[in-house]
Amino acid sequence: MSTPETQTSTNNGPTPDQSSLPADLQDERLIASQGLTGWASAFWSRLRSGDLGSLPVVVGLVLIWGVFYALNPAFLSSRNLVNLSLQMVAVGTIAIGVVLVLLLGEIDLSVGSMSGLSAAVLAVMFVNNGVPVALAILAALGVAALVGLLYGTLFNRFGVPSFVITLAGLLALLGLQLRVLGNQGTINLPFESTLVRFASQQFLPPWLAYSLALLAPALYALSTLRRNARRSAAGLSTTPISRLALRAGGLAAILVIAVAVLTRDRGVSVMFLTFLVLVVIMDLAIRRTTWGRSVLAIGGNVEAARRAGINVKRVYLSVFTLCSTFAALGGIFAASRLASANQSSGGADTNLNAIAAAVIGGTSLFGGRGSAYSALLGILVIQSISNGLDLLAVESNVKFMVTGAVLLLAVIIDSLSRRSRAAHGRA
Amino acid sequence: MTTTTTAAPVLSMTGVSKRFGAVQALKDIEFSVDAGEVVALVGDNGAGKSTLVKTIAGVYTPDEGQVNFAGSPVSIGSPAEAQELGIATVFQDLALCDNLDVVGNLFLGSELLHKGALDEVTMEKESWRLLRELSAKIPSVRIAVASLSGGQRQTVAIARSLLGKPKVVMLDEPTAALGVAQTAEVLNLVERLRENGLGVILISHNMSDVMAVADRVVVLRLGRNNGVFRVAETTNQEIIAAITGATTNAVSARAARKAHQEDQP
Repeated sequence: MSTPETQTSTNNGPTPDQSSLPADLQDERLIASQGLTGWASAFWSRLRSGDLGSLPVVVGLVLIWGVFYALNPAFLSSRNLVNLSLQMVAVGTIAIGVVLVLLLGEIDLSVGSMSGLSAAVLAVMFVNNGVPVALAILAALGVAALVGLLYGTLFNRFGVPSFVITLAGLLALLGLQLRVLGNQGTINLPFESTLVRFASQQFLPPWLAYSLALLAPALYALSTLRRNARRSAAGLSTTPISRLALRAGGLAAILVIAVAVLTRDRGVSVMFLTFLVLVVIMDLAIRRTTWGRSVLAIGGNVEAARRAGINVKRVYLSVFTLCSTFAALGGIFAASRLASANQSSGGADTNLNAIAAAVIGGTSLFGGRGSAYSALLGILVIQSISNGLDLLAVESNVKFMVTGAVLLLAVIIDSLSRRSRAAHGRA
Repeated sequence: MTTTTTAAPVLSMTGVSKRFGAVQALKDIEFSVDAGEVVALVGDNGAGKSTLVKTIAGVYTPDEGQVNFAGSPVSIGSPAEAQELGIATVFQDLALCDNLDVVGNLFLGSELLHKGALDEVTMEKESWRLLRELSAKIPSVRIAVASLSGGQRQTVAIARSLLGKPKVVMLDEPTAALGVAQTAEVLNLVERLRENGLGVILISHNMSDVMAVADRVVVLRLGRNNGVFRVAETTNQEIIAAITGATTNAVSARAARKAHQEDQP
């Protein structure tokens, strides 16, 4: 290792002087990938080995949008895209929680019922009992957190599979929802209330939306530059400026175009922005915190995590609690957007759409792989299909079948890429 | 080799028993390791080595008996408690997370933080320092552990055990999956641990490894102590006899016969 001149370099071209290389690039067996072409070839070899990341879902989304646009050009109109951005928030928020449990390799089947229950709690407290709206929201979230704690405790204490616990929860919470609603059936939220206005009438002014669209890539570039500085100070390799510029520029282009399209109609909804912020926060929590690292480790190998001294039970408890709380938040968003809570809130396809969104977005059902962004990407796919089929005035029976087929496809891709990753040694 | 430390043992166990249902896995075990000493723990399959290791590591709690660490009685209720005390364990099945990269695995459970977030830069730098120290041949610390070979995984596991600045390191069959150079490297590493004043518990079936680095050999047989030998004052045969539980058995008889034949050509 200390005698670099003895290496017989198998790659063509002059062997770089080893001592001038960053500490993490000195091994002669590493396939050098420098510059943009090197990055492109590394990306290609990653894809070939089954490390697909979010590529299938992006390709799928482009296909779906293309097909619906061809069938009905109104699909990509600003008006419809604003509608789409409003429709996807509720189930998308629920999907964030589902991503977390899936990362652990567990599942929560009761997120739909949980969202319905929280909508019912909110409506009964806020409308029927005149409780201040903030307090009613806190109560709904608090109930969800308690349910999540209960799931986690049952899971830790009795070792019952989460599948079964939450299946029981699905029924029990549905019963609780009907009980809370009483014999009223439907409770309408007043249209003037802050919640309903928040969900359907509050949009960012264009200047703010554009500034945020430019601020996000700027922050990304800044944090990468700062990381580069720290890495080069530590003698490690850095992200090439060309790649950084490409990424930040690409992100800026996507965001500015999205804002431009949305502001031609009503604009960027505050509720949609809230959803995006939640996704970013959870992504940072998963990738940059000790807690997130523990979640990934447990999803990869529980025994290893336990032996590493991670308090596995506490992580399970926190994740089940967070998942239920996100489900409740999604339920509150749904109730606010529809201005009502009723017996079918959170029923029908809410549950499976949320789980499907997480899986379609690229979070593995087998645990340990995925990101918060899969909630965003997945719900974008699911809601696009649902919205597009609605525009075509297709009956709901077809909608269910199409969504089911897309979910099946996503799971097949997940399983195939898992097998391929194993064959190529990429975990 | 025979440097005897006058200090009290850093870890000692007396009268430790562990039962699994009808099986008496450990019975009245006496065991100790001093600072700066390499103790080899040997025994046949089912002798109770793994159970003893897991008891020390906090995976199992003993049914009876007393455990002293650094001179005071302790009860090790969980792996986390064992780590806090300063007992690091490298299990035979390594227990690595395949989906995390080398850095993630090395620092799992003891991540470094920088302004509240994971300090990936310092962790990566430290990982390289540790791995270079072990002369480890790992191409990149940013690849998932799933893509490493068996020897590389073993190296990662050993490197990880040293992060917490332990007082006692337990290595369960550390050279079982290693190549010639890496075995030598691990044995060098074991000696380096001893020089640094750590107590090393080495579980191995490989007698040449044991004789090469251990100061003392503790033999378990059927869940009981079956002899303690100073390596400098014993032979391979004596240890094997203790492991198999008889001086006259197939293995020792064969060895004796061979020796006899060599004496009289």
